[in-house]
Amino acid sequence: MSAIELSGVTKNFGPTEIIRGVDLSVRDGERHAMIGPNGAGKSTLFNLISGRLTPTAGAIRLKGEEITGLRPYEINRRGLSRSFQVTNIFPRLSVWENVRCAVLWSMGYKYSFWHNVDSLADVAERTESILRQINLLERRHFSAGVLTYAEQRALEIGITVGGGAEIILLDEPTAGMSVAEAEHAVALIRKLSEGRTLLIIEHDMSVVFNLADRISVLVYGKVIASDEPAKIKANQAVQEAYLGVAA
Amino acid sequence: MSERAQTASAQRSSGGLLATAARYGIWVVLAALLLTLPRIFSSSFTFTMLSLMGISIIFALSYNMLLGQTGMLSFGHAVYYGLGGFLVVHAMNTVTKYSLPIPLPLMPLVGGVAGLFFGVVFGSVSTRRGGTAFAMISLGLGELVASSALILRSFFGGEEGITTNRTKLLRIFDWNFGSQIQIYYLIAFWCLVCVIAMYALTRTPFGRMCNAVRENFERAEFVGYNSQLVRFFAFCLSGFFAGIAGGLAAINFEIVNSGYVGAEQSGSVLLAAYIGGIGFFGGPIIGAILVTWLQVMLSDITEVWQLYFGLLFVGMVMFAPFGISGLLMMHAPLWRARVLWRLVPAYLLALAAGLVMLTGASLVIEMAYHLSTKAADGPMMSFMRVAFSVHSLLPWLMAAVLLIGGYFFFRSSWPYVEGAWHDALMKARERGSAV
Repeated sequence: MSAIELSGVTKNFGPTEIIRGVDLSVRDGERHAMIGPNGAGKSTLFNLISGRLTPTAGAIRLKGEEITGLRPYEINRRGLSRSFQVTNIFPRLSVWENVRCAVLWSMGYKYSFWHNVDSLADVAERTESILRQINLLERRHFSAGVLTYAEQRALEIGITVGGGAEIILLDEPTAGMSVAEAEHAVALIRKLSEGRTLLIIEHDMSVVFNLADRISVLVYGKVIASDEPAKIKANQAVQEAYLGVAA
Repeated sequence: MSERAQTASAQRSSGGLLATAARYGIWVVLAALLLTLPRIFSSSFTFTMLSLMGISIIFALSYNMLLGQTGMLSFGHAVYYGLGGFLVVHAMNTVTKYSLPIPLPLMPLVGGVAGLFFGVVFGSVSTRRGGTAFAMISLGLGELVASSALILRSFFGGEEGITTNRTKLLRIFDWNFGSQIQIYYLIAFWCLVCVIAMYALTRTPFGRMCNAVRENFERAEFVGYNSQLVRFFAFCLSGFFAGIAGGLAAINFEIVNSGYVGAEQSGSVLLAAYIGGIGFFGGPIIGAILVTWLQVMLSDITEVWQLYFGLLFVGMVMFAPFGISGLLMMHAPLWRARVLWRLVPAYLLALAAGLVMLTGASLVIEMAYHLSTKAADGPMMSFMRVAFSVHSLLPWLMAAVLLIGGYFFFRSSWPYVEGAWHDALMKARERGSAV
């Protein structure tokens, strides 16, 4: 069964068709990269899958279950978590609290007003383990807003994986990073996506071909190819549309 | 168990005991303070003032559950306060009429339940959106209820309101709650309970997610939380505590009228919370105490006290947006590094300059007020026990000199304040303090 399955998904903004009938299948447990030129609709597609936007037509299924039109929190509770291209954190909360917010729901504390949040050992343990993995344990008392850009990007990933979702969507996690920072981030993503399904938007081709089990190419709101990296590289249509025809 | 292990476990439990004492100590101190206050200041005027402060503290903290904790700006919070008050008065009159065995100290709960009920009803509409939409809806609902209060006379009692007699309820411990001191203890008890409850609430998963929704409601939805529901729960609970405050006010005054639910009451709680500082739990407590004190004291000194009150608010918004608690917390690192005293000379200088400026401004305000509304009383007035005529030039000149001179004095004192801050920070860093 596919982790994520899109069939005939379209999205119009007014008269403009941004997503023009996307069929896509992300297999359970694979690392799947989404590439395509600027404005192809990659982020819009993420917004549709994660419930930020509602498709105009078509169906989206998560682990075989239809999720079209559900709210973001409903989709999140079904096991999908996403990061954002533009850093989207809780700026005036501490780094610790940022990750803890992401942990609480999945550990069953929901809207509890009868637990003291600071004495929840299981929450503290999970929060600490995530902070250690994203290398921010030392900075846990700082406000998230004062972190460096790269640290905020790492925190963004930490919040995304905090709830332990099986399916992770990362929207350009390495955008704006230096080469060294990006390498570090990719290693982190590789580690954190171990045993989960990953769908990632990425512009850096070396990252894409290095990380992905399969790649989908989105051009002008349509998936023109979805295959293994080697076959994508060799694909005529992809070369013409996106990679540029090899000389 | 070996001896060493026993010592270790004894140390652990004493450490645990210390931590527990530190955790609950503040509440014990607060309770002791509330019990001893009436013994230190034993005039009935003080009891009245302290009672008003207690009510105001609960109300301001309940308001801050919305504004400070969840980021919801409400212009109609008096609705839940006032309706709580009305329900309590009706409940008291019913209990008296049928001689029901319910004592007065439980009555504030009726107000709480009423506040909660109307919080559920109105909140289900108003909390669907955050931000400006919520603020506008709260304003509209506030006006709606305030105007209903004048129309639905059987429930709200029209202009004159509804009265009650708090001494006619079931007596416990032979207290009839006729005297202000007994009412003070009743209010102090509920104030302590509510403060502890509201503080505890900020330490729960729900309380933390309120902060998350305030910071970034969209992101909260992507970690599994329905922000609308978080806002709704916060709103209902806030209504509950506002209702308790309103109930206590009804018991205190033995009358409720349309003013309880009105815009002035809603505005007053906003000011109290904001002046105290919405960023810290204790901020609204400070604000409630100060604003109540000002409302009582200033109104004795000057008839245009609301103008000063407004100036204070504008000043806080412009120069200290984090309120008094924000100003205090700014000094906390210096206090810990034991360098705070270094600021005292510069602060005294700035304070002197500020007072000169304030005196000038106040003189202008009072003379203008006298001229415009008290012309019939003749030109003579007194300011700070000095009598003079508003028709002579000298007092106006004096006022101008004080105001303008004070302004320049204040401005020239400011570099000293900044310098003192810089020095204190340097000194603190020298001592290895993380500031």
